[in-house]
Amino acid sequence: MNTASATVSSRLADIVGPSSVVSDPAQLAAFAVDDKKPSASVSPQSAAEILEIVKYARKGKLAIVVTGARTKSGIGLPPRQYDIALDITRLDRVVSYDPGDLTLSVEAGIPLHKLAAIIAEHHQFLPLAVPYFDRTTIGGTIASGVDGPLRQLYGTARDYLLGMEFVTGEGVAAKSGGRVVKNVTGYDIHKLMIGALGTLGVITRINFKTFPMLSSSRAFVASFQTLERAAGMRNRVSQSHLAPITMEIFGSAVANLFANDAAKRIAPASIPESIFPRSRWIFTSGFAGNPNALARYETDLRKMAEECGAVDTAVLEGPQLASAFALKREFIPIALSSSPATTILKISVLPRQIVEALTAATREAENRRLPWVAMARGVGVIYFAMLPTESGEATKQQVVQASENILSSCAALGGHATIPWCPAALKNALKVWGLPRADFAQMLKLKKVFDPDGIFSPGRFVGGI
Amino acid sequence: VALKSTRRNLQRELMDSHAINDLKKLLGADAVLHRPEELLLYEYDGSVEIARPNCVAFPRNTKDVVGIVQIANRYQIPIIGRGAGTGLSGGALARQGGILIVFSRMNRILEIDVENQRAVVQPGVVNADLSVAVAHTGLHFAPDPSSQKASTIGGNVSENSGGPHTLAYGVTTNHVYSLEAVLPTGELVRLGSLALDSPGYDLPGLFVGSEGTLALITEITVKLTRLPETVKTLLAIFDTVDDATETVVDITARGITPTACEMLDGWTIRAVEAYVHAGFPVDCAAVLLLEVDGVREAAEQHAEDVADVCRLHRAREVRVARDARERDLLWKGRKNAFGAVGRLSPTYYVQDGVIPRTKLPQTLRRINEIGEKYGFEIGNIFHAGDGNLHPIILFDAREEKQFQRAVATADEIIGFCIEMGGSITGEHGVGMEKDRLMPLLFTEDDMNLMRRVRDAYNPAGLLNPGKIFPNTKGCGEIHVRPLPVAGVSRA
Repeated sequence: MNTASATVSSRLADIVGPSSVVSDPAQLAAFAVDDKKPSASVSPQSAAEILEIVKYARKGKLAIVVTGARTKSGIGLPPRQYDIALDITRLDRVVSYDPGDLTLSVEAGIPLHKLAAIIAEHHQFLPLAVPYFDRTTIGGTIASGVDGPLRQLYGTARDYLLGMEFVTGEGVAAKSGGRVVKNVTGYDIHKLMIGALGTLGVITRINFKTFPMLSSSRAFVASFQTLERAAGMRNRVSQSHLAPITMEIFGSAVANLFANDAAKRIAPASIPESIFPRSRWIFTSGFAGNPNALARYETDLRKMAEECGAVDTAVLEGPQLASAFALKREFIPIALSSSPATTILKISVLPRQIVEALTAATREAENRRLPWVAMARGVGVIYFAMLPTESGEATKQQVVQASENILSSCAALGGHATIPWCPAALKNALKVWGLPRADFAQMLKLKKVFDPDGIFSPGRFVGGI
Repeated sequence: VALKSTRRNLQRELMDSHAINDLKKLLGADAVLHRPEELLLYEYDGSVEIARPNCVAFPRNTKDVVGIVQIANRYQIPIIGRGAGTGLSGGALARQGGILIVFSRMNRILEIDVENQRAVVQPGVVNADLSVAVAHTGLHFAPDPSSQKASTIGGNVSENSGGPHTLAYGVTTNHVYSLEAVLPTGELVRLGSLALDSPGYDLPGLFVGSEGTLALITEITVKLTRLPETVKTLLAIFDTVDDATETVVDITARGITPTACEMLDGWTIRAVEAYVHAGFPVDCAAVLLLEVDGVREAAEQHAEDVADVCRLHRAREVRVARDARERDLLWKGRKNAFGAVGRLSPTYYVQDGVIPRTKLPQTLRRINEIGEKYGFEIGNIFHAGDGNLHPIILFDAREEKQFQRAVATADEIIGFCIEMGGSITGEHGVGMEKDRLMPLLFTEDDMNLMRRVRDAYNPAGLLNPGKIFPNTKGCGEIHVRPLPVAGVSRA
């Protein structure tokens, strides 16, 4: 350990106690972001300690990366500077939970699955069915802005987050919103923190609206010869009165992907090939309700699938349903595990542009013989993963070129795309945050207010914020 | 000193006349109002506040808005955006004078994309007009403030408006994808995107509900929501207020989410019946107006579940609207309630506090006690399902003492809401009415951060000055509360 990092550690120890600071380089490797290691990691136990840490970092011009379960540290550009890993996992309390009111206030470091179990006792849930569900913290989920299949019906965190407490880069503890389900008092600053990758503040507390658990649910699965037909099914459902809870289309290679080891760990009940057949496009949609409503959904969905030219249909329940849901939720980690050089693009287009966007993407991959899988949400968000079988220089170039072209084709459709997951070695060559945005100047203004010295994750976010 | 101030006033007037000439040149003489009698209409909104602008300008397009902002910058005159002026917190009033920009001529629906369920509208489009325009496609614009027949989508966006059906469908911000806006510096910006999850900070999330203090919204891309297959509207009639509020608590606790859950107390019902004849029983203590929707199989079940809970809490009767006509009549009673109340008193004051829903019974009891203490009749008609109260205090504004007592009554009610863990405004906004209450919820640090966010986009403070945040010391300006006029708006 050099003297500079020894000073950092000792000063941090003054704030939180020596047992809450890690300065051993071997241990710090676990906190690396894109191969860059911090000088120290610190695990505060309170918002007050976080405030002191931020004040100290600001004075010393030290860069902080906030970490939780470290499942999504790979998102974004490499940090320009990285001195302190601020580990929030000890802030893991439920501050208040009022099941009768369906409101919840938690500290940012609480593991999502733990929280889910607590509120499940009261037959409630948060619609955050996000990747790394069994490990991720609530703070990491919000800060990274990842989505999940339940957004079809419930929207994203911005739709059910009620308020937040945080510490800004100036070392000020502040809050916005509140704890009631309807509130327009003051600016909705907490919405800015969603998906900001910790570049505006350290989230310490989050208030949510919870939801009554669904009565029994099922999933409808239909396989199609072509993407056009599968998308036709999506359009058919969205024009009907049905309000499914999830709706996704999977690319034809997904059956192989879901047969890999990571998928097997996540989904213990295997799904027979007759349901997820190889070389077909698969439409899946979850629905819930009383027995009469379930029967209605089943009948209507089957009829629509037939009219849309489905090859096969099935209805999943019980363990198979749970497995299929987990596979949907964990699509990204499964894809990442299946190749050492997985590169995943997140493509956003209008729902009726899914076919065009996905066709362009698959063409780019296939022209370069890059294996790919895709998951398109019914709302128009597509995860497109390229899974090269080797990571040589030539392959890298292929991935970079394919990604470039996909970004442009999305822009041509009026949509946008980013590359949230790729090997660290590719980050210099890839436009991780997509093409430049017209509203970037307005974002920069916010960064200057919240973190004028740029101590939070410098360089990792959009436009190098 | 007197001389100095006279000279300053003269300079001001000269500058105003220059600005008005520039505005007329830009927009045409028919698009600028400045004579005192013309300004009268624009010195109030649906709140109890009054503030007179120096002039009113009617832009026809975004370019006009940019031009107006440039003129305002040239003469350093405040600018304030305004839709239909139905707001209930003084958000669209020129608190420090200046140019009131009224968007009524920017009222075109620019695009309707049925397949992708989106519409692009100018800010002056009336809320209900959009739903009417897309009704034949089976879609609608879900936010439904009770003012929806008059209020504009631009105003709804600025205030992040709610409404009865936001209980299940969400408030305005949940239905906005992207915005085109003119910053008070004259910069034209597009925030967010047509497709979801725009990379970077959620700028539409910040600008929606910023009460016209960050930008003038010139174009809005909104979500269109499919109309449900089946709607069931129920009227549950109670002999005590407690039974009605306990029903709401129980419905929430059981995990039943009606699409709307409105309460009217007996006092309000009698006022409404005398005016609207909606069929509410005048001898009861309270009614709940409940609605569930969805596919037929689900909606029918939910209606039964809701009715069961009402009966469990001693509902005297649960009526189910048999058809669209009966349903419309029940809603007419609800949505016109504030108009009905307006017939009873020269002035009324509507509050907008929010409480956790579990605290409804004790809060309603407390409101009653507070009313008795100050000697006011307080009616309650509100969004019970999300705990958003609208106590109505009747008073005579011609008596200054009564007005002050009404404000004290309202403050005590709001104080109790906060004590219950609630908030000062659920959907009406802070505006110039509740700015002094902000410190009850936010620390100086919280508010400073918000002020600096405002200053980042509104650096000279020209846009909608004197709103949301209480005056800080040293600012030198003391707001003298004007005498209110009769509340005319709905909540």
